[in-house]
This record gives sequence, C-alpha cells and structure tokens, in this order.
Amino acid sequence: MSKVIPLSEAVRQFVRDGDLVYAAGFTHLIPFAAGHEIIRQGKRDLTLARATPDLIYDQMVAGGCARKVIFSYMGNPGVGSLRIVRSEIEAGRLEWEEYSHFGMISRLQAGATGLPFMPMNPTAAGDLEKANPNYRTVKDPYSGGEVVVVPALKPEVAIVHVQRADADGNAQIWGIIGEQKEAAFAADRVILTAEEIVDENVIRSDPNRTLIPGFIVDAVCHVPFCAHPSYTQGFYDRDNNFYLKWDEISSNREATQSYLDEWVNGVKDRAEYWEKLGQEVHQRLKIESRPSATVDYGKY
Amino acid sequence: MADYTSSELLTINAARLLRDGDRVFVGVGLPNLACNLARRTHAPNLLMIYEAGVIGAQPARLPLSIGDPTLVSGALAVCSMYDIFAFYLQRGNVDVGFMGGAQIDRFGNINATVIGDYAHPKVRLPGSGGSMEIAAWANRCYLLTPHSKRRFPEKLDFRTSAGFLSGRAERQAANLRGGGMLAVVTDLGIMEPDEMGELVLTALHPGATADQARENTGWELKVAHVLHTTLPPGVEELRILREDLDPQGIYLKGSAG
Repeated sequence: MSKVIPLSEAVRQFVRDGDLVYAAGFTHLIPFAAGHEIIRQGKRDLTLARATPDLIYDQMVAGGCARKVIFSYMGNPGVGSLRIVRSEIEAGRLEWEEYSHFGMISRLQAGATGLPFMPMNPTAAGDLEKANPNYRTVKDPYSGGEVVVVPALKPEVAIVHVQRADADGNAQIWGIIGEQKEAAFAADRVILTAEEIVDENVIRSDPNRTLIPGFIVDAVCHVPFCAHPSYTQGFYDRDNNFYLKWDEISSNREATQSYLDEWVNGVKDRAEYWEKLGQEVHQRLKIESRPSATVDYGKY
Repeated sequence: MADYTSSELLTINAARLLRDGDRVFVGVGLPNLACNLARRTHAPNLLMIYEAGVIGAQPARLPLSIGDPTLVSGALAVCSMYDIFAFYLQRGNVDVGFMGGAQIDRFGNINATVIGDYAHPKVRLPGSGGSMEIAAWANRCYLLTPHSKRRFPEKLDFRTSAGFLSGRAERQAANLRGGGMLAVVTDLGIMEPDEMGELVLTALHPGATADQARENTGWELKVAHVLHTTLPPGVEELRILREDLDPQGIYLKGSAG
C-alpha cells in the first residue's frame, strides 16, 4: 500500500500544534525541508527535541514554531553558537531541557524499545543531574551500586530523512546513522522523507541496510535535496559555507526574518528552494562516486 | 618571535601526547589536527573515533563538523549514536578523550554549559554534548586551550564534566574509569595533575615564563620542582600541518581560541 504523499500534506496531517517533534539526524540527513514546511504552515507551541538542535531548530524557533527545546548540544557544529535558540533562552522566552548526548540518546533508546527508562553509569560531574530533575539515581538491584536513569522520550512525531525508501516506507540509510532508527521507533507518528523512492525489490536486495520498517511509517515523501544545508551521504555534500553564513544571518533579527521570508515562506516547496539556490551551489555540493564492494546474500 | 602560531604550538604538543595504537575520541578543530599529525609521525596505528558514530576514520579533507561525510568514506565502521556512547565509550573501549570547555578549574573539572546562573543564564554555552561521558570513561583526557584567567577561574559556574572533582580521592571513590584530566596544553606550557589531582605547571614552551602562566591563571598556580621546556615545533611537524592537514589555515592561522 503506497503511503507516498507530498510533504506539505504529511505535515498538515501528522504534525499538530503542541506536539513533541523529533527531527532526526546527527549532522547527517537533517530534514530541513520538513522544518521549512512546518514554518510555512505556521505550526505553534511545538516542543522540539534533537541531540543537536542545529540550524533547523534555530530556524524553527525564529519562525515562531517552538515553545520548548530539548537538546544535548546546542551549537552550530564546527562554527560556534546557535544564536537564535541561545538568545531566546537567555531572554527567558524559550523553555529548555538538557542532557548529555548519552542521556539524550538513552531517553530515545528507552522510548524506542518500550522501556520506562534507561540506566547509565554515573559520571560524577553532578551539576547537570541537579539542574534537570529528569535525571534520577536508582540502586542497581544486583550489585547494590548506583545507576543514573533517564525517562523514555516518546515524541508525538518523528521526521526522518533517508537515502531511499519504497512506497510503503521501508527505508535504508548509510553513512552516519545517528538516532534515526531510535526516533522512528520511539514516536507515535513517523514522517519519512527520501532522496529516492525505489521499488520494493531494491530494498529486498539489501535487507541489512533497512533501518526502518514500513509498518511504523505513516507518510513517505519524495523530497530530493531535503537535507540541504545538511547533507545526504553519497548524494551531495554538506554546505559548510551556509553553516558559516547562518552565523552572520542569525546574529541579526532583521536578517533572520528576511532569510525566512525569502527562503522559507517565499518558496513553495523544496524543489523551488533547490532551484533558487542556483548552479554555483549545485556544483559546489556535487560529489564524486565511491561505491562499496557489493555483498552476496546468496540464493536460497 | 617564534615562527609558528599558538594554534600550531598547541596542536603539535597535543600530538606528542598521543601513543601509537591509541583509540582516540576526537573532536573537530585542533584535536582532529593533532590526531592526524600523530598518525603521520610517531603513531601510524592511532585509531580515530568520532562521537557521530565513526570508527577508524581517515578523513581526506579537513572536517568542519564532527559529522562530516569525509569521516565516513573509507572508515572501518559506522554505528548509531547510542552504540558509540554505550559500546565504545561506556564499555571502556576509548583510550584518549579530547575535551573542550569555557572554564577549567584547578582539578581539571570543566564547564561547557553556562556562565552565570543556570536558570537565568548570562551566557548560554552549547552544553555537554559528549563531554560528560568522555570525561568519565576515557582512559586519559587532554584539553587544549589558550592560557587565560577567564578560562582558568578559581571556581566554575557549572560543573559539566568531571576532572578530579575535589581531588584525586573523590574521583577514585566515584568509580570513574581511567586517569582523568592528564594534561592541559596551553599556549604558555603544559599543566599536569599532582598527587592530589591539582593541575600544576610542569612545562613551559620556549620563550614563555612561569610568571606569565601565574598571571593568567585564576587560582594560585603551583609550579613543579622540575620545570621542563617543550621542544619547539619541528620543521616536519609544521610542514605536515601547513601543507597536508590545514593548507587553508582554517584552524592554524590565528591564535588558539
């Protein structure tokens, strides 16, 4: 059964005001096109969870979509500060909840596996555990020692970008696989965006590469270049220039607003956005091929 | 004047701390350069692990971010974020961790979270990321930073990651893995923990003085009885950094920041 619908339709149907949203991807495969669609549709009061909020949440916070952020590293990776989220927090206008990477990802792991919480070995640093009451300490019933626990994170909606998926949502990812699988299994609803929609036979030719089974997916959206300025391994490069440029844009309210006006609200969809980026950017982000050696599953 | 930048000085001294065969949890920027330099000089079997879930990376270009695609192509393995923190770091499979942070105290504890009050931040920093767990579970931790009072305050605003806590005894009692913060490399010299876990000045770079180090440290910095002088950056080390690793001078041009 095909779940293929336009991204605008998927966001309309599956993202609701007030939802806890997890747009997945550790630097890689960040679904920017979905973030932009959420801004365009004027969704409000979202709780935005991501280990690294990255520019996508900076933009969604600037677009007025968020009530709260949950994160473990709030920086512009490799550049510096995530200026919008940071200034909103400093101004007391945005709620936040914070973990270490391991704490954040353990919350998703619990959510994805149906456990109430996940234990971790104590790191003794202490202050983050005091600042965030979701960190608790419990007794290890076997050794009598202590473990630190964090509660399951269960987003209402996860958005996951992948290299390829079939029409049912069986999805394959390669490269950095961050927390896509965990986010998808933890969430109630899953929106999948894909660089390519392929025949089920393509998926079946390499089942080990399938991270997300179609039966947990609600919508499949064909969105080439969805991840820009993040990247899709084997498809196009990370636009480091834009990550540097955003540092300037986001240091100024007016520049931020005119960016959103021009590049988010001023375009209809990702295809128009990509077209608008122009040849110079397209060329710069092109990459050479480096295929893997194929594996032989054998005919049985 | 020396004919190298403070960033080059930090990177080269960090590379010298690495041993052949080390499995290193690498950050971007200078630690990444230090690892690649070590790999091309005395430590060809160094294994680079990135918190994005990449094991045995051989970056062909300088990665701007910790999740750059160049880390993946040609790597030994790629795994999920949960796996990298659980199977690799928490399980004890990482020898060396490079730390970053806005503030470091005399016991090597780190603040990467906030300046001012946590609930009403004056300056909100990016936060822990992998720092809290790296500090606890890597065998040896190192930190590269310019030497300044602002970086080395008497007291942290927030303790994101554990060094020796209030001293070696407390770290030991907390059952953390490994040796903790074993060296802080600055543009003036190197600080290493004494028997109590307090960072003391053990080496100066050529041309730097102990007084300079004292003046730029927020606590009363102790100086080791035997104060070494580091070897100046070598011709070959500088050549590899400038020609092969960072030809555009993205990280190495200026002073370490």
